[in-house]
Amino acid sequence: MSDAASGEGIGQPVRRKEDFRFITGNGHYTDDINRPRQTWAYFLRSPHAHARIKSIDTSAAEAAPGVVAIFTGRHVADDGLGGLICGWTVTSKDGTPMKVGPHPILALDTVRYVGDHVAMVVAETLADARAAAEMIDVDYDALPAAASLSACQNAAAPQVHPEAPRNTCFEWELGNKAETEAAFAKAGRIVKLDLKNNRLIPNAMEPRAALGEFDKGTGIYTLHTTSQNPHVARLVLSAFVGVAPEHKLRVIAPDVGGGFGSKIFIYAEETACVWAAAKVGRPIKWTADRSEAFLSDAHGRDHLSHAELALDKDGKFLALRVKTVANLGAYLSTFSASVPTYLYGTLLSGQYDIPAVYVEVDGVYTHTAPVDAYRGAGRPEATYLVERIVETAARETGIDPAELRRRNYIRTFPHQTPVIMNYDTGDYEASLAAAMEAIDYKGFPARKSEAAKRGKLRGIGFSSYIEACGIAPSAAVGSLGAGVGLWESAEVRVNPTGNVEVLTGSHSHGQGHETTFAQLVASRLGVPLANVEIVHGDTDKVQFGMGTYGSRSGAVGMSAIVKALDKIEAKAKKIAAHLMEAAVEDIVFENGTFTVQGTDKSLAWAELSLAAYTAHGFPSGEIEPGLKEGAFYDPVNFTFPSGCHICEVEIDPDTGVTKIEKFVAVDDFGTVINPMIVEGQVHGGIAQGVGQALLEHGIYDAESGQLITGSYMDYCMPRADDLPSFDLGFTTTICPSNPLGMKGCGEAGAIASPPAIINAVTDALGIRDIEMPATPARVWTALQSATPRAAAE
Amino acid sequence: MYQFNYERPKTLADAEALLGKADDPKILAGGQTLIPTLKQRLAMPSDVIDIGGIGELDFIRAEGDAVMIGAATRHATVAQSADVKKHNPALAALAGSIGDPAVRHMGTLGGSIANNDPAADYPAACLGLDAKIHTTRRLIEADEFFKGMFETALQDGEIVKEVTFPHPEKAAYMKFPNPASRYAMVGVFVSRGPWGVRVAVTGAGQNGVFRIAEMEEALAKNWSPDAVANIKVPATGLNSDLHGTAEYRAHLVTVMAKRAVAAAG
Amino acid sequence: MPVVSMTVNGKSASADVEARTLLVQFIREQLGLTGTHVGCDTSQCGACVVHVDGRAVKSCTMLAAQADGADIVTIEGLAKNGELHPVQAAFREHHGLQCGFCTPGMIMTAVDMIRRKPDLDEETVREELEGNICRCTGYHNIVKAILAASREMR
Ligand SMILES: Cc1cc2nc3c(=O)[nH]c(=O)nc-3n(C[C@H](O)[C@H](O)[C@H](O)COP(=O)(O)OP(=O)(O)OC[C@H]3O[C@@H](n4cnc5c(N)ncnc54)[C@H](O)[C@@H]3O)c2cc1C
Ligand code: FES
Ligand code: FES
Repeated sequence: MSDAASGEGIGQPVRRKEDFRFITGNGHYTDDINRPRQTWAYFLRSPHAHARIKSIDTSAAEAAPGVVAIFTGRHVADDGLGGLICGWTVTSKDGTPMKVGPHPILALDTVRYVGDHVAMVVAETLADARAAAEMIDVDYDALPAAASLSACQNAAAPQVHPEAPRNTCFEWELGNKAETEAAFAKAGRIVKLDLKNNRLIPNAMEPRAALGEFDKGTGIYTLHTTSQNPHVARLVLSAFVGVAPEHKLRVIAPDVGGGFGSKIFIYAEETACVWAAAKVGRPIKWTADRSEAFLSDAHGRDHLSHAELALDKDGKFLALRVKTVANLGAYLSTFSASVPTYLYGTLLSGQYDIPAVYVEVDGVYTHTAPVDAYRGAGRPEATYLVERIVETAARETGIDPAELRRRNYIRTFPHQTPVIMNYDTGDYEASLAAAMEAIDYKGFPARKSEAAKRGKLRGIGFSSYIEACGIAPSAAVGSLGAGVGLWESAEVRVNPTGNVEVLTGSHSHGQGHETTFAQLVASRLGVPLANVEIVHGDTDKVQFGMGTYGSRSGAVGMSAIVKALDKIEAKAKKIAAHLMEAAVEDIVFENGTFTVQGTDKSLAWAELSLAAYTAHGFPSGEIEPGLKEGAFYDPVNFTFPSGCHICEVEIDPDTGVTKIEKFVAVDDFGTVINPMIVEGQVHGGIAQGVGQALLEHGIYDAESGQLITGSYMDYCMPRADDLPSFDLGFTTTICPSNPLGMKGCGEAGAIASPPAIINAVTDALGIRDIEMPATPARVWTALQSATPRAAAE
Repeated sequence: MYQFNYERPKTLADAEALLGKADDPKILAGGQTLIPTLKQRLAMPSDVIDIGGIGELDFIRAEGDAVMIGAATRHATVAQSADVKKHNPALAALAGSIGDPAVRHMGTLGGSIANNDPAADYPAACLGLDAKIHTTRRLIEADEFFKGMFETALQDGEIVKEVTFPHPEKAAYMKFPNPASRYAMVGVFVSRGPWGVRVAVTGAGQNGVFRIAEMEEALAKNWSPDAVANIKVPATGLNSDLHGTAEYRAHLVTVMAKRAVAAAG
Repeated sequence: MPVVSMTVNGKSASADVEARTLLVQFIREQLGLTGTHVGCDTSQCGACVVHVDGRAVKSCTMLAAQADGADIVTIEGLAKNGELHPVQAAFREHHGLQCGFCTPGMIMTAVDMIRRKPDLDEETVREELEGNICRCTGYHNIVKAILAASREMR
């Protein structure tokens, strides 16, 4: 049976294998797992954004009912544990490395944001732990806080870390300054824009959780945790924090309820749970409540930027220059330094042939929660900046926004941008044309005037985005400061009965790997999908892996599987040749059957699998028994998904409410394994983009450093009635740098959509800019001060 | 949550007796406000007296020119009640706009008005319909009941039994939800009936629900959206927060009032 | 400590619990039915929705004691005789879930929604989902799944 006929092959919308357990309530998330004699942890957190801890008195709490143990920073330090690390080192313009303050697991003498960890209470029940935590007497000397991004570099601003004067961690640059200045000097027109990229709070629906265990007999620690990359967690916990040697630490990420970046990082709570499990000699469970998640999950975005675009008189882009201040929060989180630098500056050329680009980024500390990668990580910030200034240029030059983009698209590949990236392939015109067709761009003026008759302001906005996925190659990222390699591993185990287990270093927390990876393997080996099991998320089962983020699982994770499958096929053919007494070159493997070319001799997959293990009469030394192969895949380049999103909105000028009337997304992801799953990824990404553009904003009080949006009462999550149904389309250019031709689809929606929406809102309002999120209140306020061109029309 | 004793009386009399005995009791109705409060450890009652099982508090009766609704009647029941829909469709619609379906399956009329959240919907209906609030001790006019943010005329141990809503000739409620919490950022209830014209506003005021005399007068003369379209309420005394300034809320009051009058027909 | 007894997914369950025990704790911790999730502490996300006497309720905002004597159905009790409920089947068919964390609450809400409003349209479904937050799917396929199930069940 061919792939297409079975409906399970590559390109088929196969229904997900993992769904059954989720729709019947049989998933196993970390908090669902319990152990005999388990205790509960509760973390006492700082109520201050900045304070010196004069003393901590735990005596009353220790005597409270049910308390097993209480740990403070002192215990952690006495045990010789290291702090949490940032795995990427960024170098400043002047050649100095970034300035890093210590990041203790439990605060020692200073707290640096509201929610910072002060003490860990371990008790018989969560209620006991919580009650005891309230009895801990911490004597704080409250200090002024630097909670405002715009003011934190002032000379008078309070200091977050003495190591980093003026709260500046690094002053990074990329591109060619002299060429950029020269291009600006001869520009026909310069378009300028100040932009804020609002702070977001990730809010995966499953809060972070951990279950730490220690086996006295073997000395092995086990940590079940909500992680997107358990192997990296193990590496950091062993090599840097020093909880246990790597081979004595097992990290398991079972079903994980969404991550979006926030579960990549190694946090204090999970670390403390596994460390303290040995101290108390009992398992320790911790599950964040949502309020804790708001305070302590790494946040995303939070940039202030000034951008200038130089154009010639025909609207050709000559140069782009950008100055960005990026909030890193109070401590450097696991990958935070890479996000506003290498994941951001490198994409500022967008889809455009811009001869010169120069970007400066100051990474700064504030007394707020750490900021790190959140869906898109750096790329949404870059896309927002590029697509907002291009749209603004279109308005200022009077050139149609689609036309201005067309004039500047890169059309020949490979294309070397001035900011490191070498784009391998793409067809930007194709996705633009398809998106314009889908939204009926020609009909927009009529729709706008019809809306005006109803007293509504209608606007349309474009976003032509490019992003870089599957971050790679290891050597390249190493030279840019990455502390890890960014390859992926896979192991394919064929059992004697012919069914297959695939061990992957990628991790699935909603992406559907159990299905797409199985589709790949099933179609390659000609076995039913049901006979393929994908194993992931357990450091004891999978030797090593880099996990899932940056839309890397397809292009990198699946490529590793392809490599392993190549080896499986080669070995299987050898066995087949032996069994059928033919030459290896004459063996053909198709649809699960081995045949000897030009004969009617054949062997079924199951027969071969069994033979591989019975190994009767294998020529010794030539064929080893068994059928199991592993591979590491290190990509040769990033992949570059691209596309065009167009958004049409209608604004009620009486209330300021923006309604998305149409949202079209046309994406080029290269080869698509399962269109149903890919579309789902795009939907989710767009929804998060709509959230950023219209609803979500993590706000700290600039004076006190208190998180004002600390619950769903104030932090506006996108709900079903905030969103329309989305209209998706695909164009395809095959990625040349991996065997499957895949590019990655996990983040495109979140990257592309915010500028499309804000371009539409500003178009409707007839104004240059509006800060995200464009809430009804902001839109209404903007309308009060503007004489809207649209309304007057 | 802190520890407490839990009681589930079957009759009002038992409930009153239990309330009288306990040190620092709290009445529990639907729990949609009280339980989140307890979970955040913001309240520490000695006893929780659950009135959810008291049959005599759960009813809807249309009699004469009013609908009587028992305090423990769920929002969903009010929203679906044929009697309420017939005589007071604005009230049914308001009940159907509170929170989400699961909240409406639990939350009660009595709990809502006793709590008097400044962004709650029912207080606007009570004030906007000249409702009578019957308690275990007395009858309280809506005008006298709501005393400011989370404050009411209720005394310790006093239980709301029933609210009487007289039938309006015309009425409508327009709610502009807070984008995050979906409580009312501004909600305006307008009505015309034997009591004249009423315009009651929730969500906007720092001291909870209030009436706008100027709009009531204008509508009494001319029941039309235009009558209120140009009446601006002062921003002083209105809430100002990350979701909107007092000026924005003041503006929304006018817009919602206009739309409510239009909807009332 | 009050003794609470209820029927959960057709079986009677009874336990001595502290008065402050939430229904969701009773279900997850006492009965080990971990399909019902907790995603927030302000009663807004709906991950915890179960049916109490046939109606969708947030089990994080109800005391176990309040449910004494009630008939409870959780996600684990929805499929009958090994056959998925049409709403469960529709979520799978239309890819209405990704990470699966919001899914039990979504499905329980959807079943209740279809019971109350057999003639659903897209706008109504979106409004009715106000109390259920999903971070993964953008709701697109959840809405599709609910509409499909409601047609199926008509
Ligand atoms: C997610 C969510 C969204 C919501 N959205 C809205 C909304 O949009 N609009 C809105 O108006 N409300 C909203 N609410 C609140 C909801 O309407 C509550 O049901 C209501 O505020 C309280 O009613 P309850 O029966 O749940 O009372 P409880 O929570 O049980 O009690 C609330 C208070 O009232 C007291 N009390 C209860 N009954 C009586 C009585 N009969 N006599 C005297 N005192 C009594 C209690 O002691 C307690 O102090 C929302 C709630 C949630 C969880
Ligand atoms: S956990 Fe119940 S509503 Fe969020
Ligand atoms: S599927 Fe992940 S939150 Fe809905």
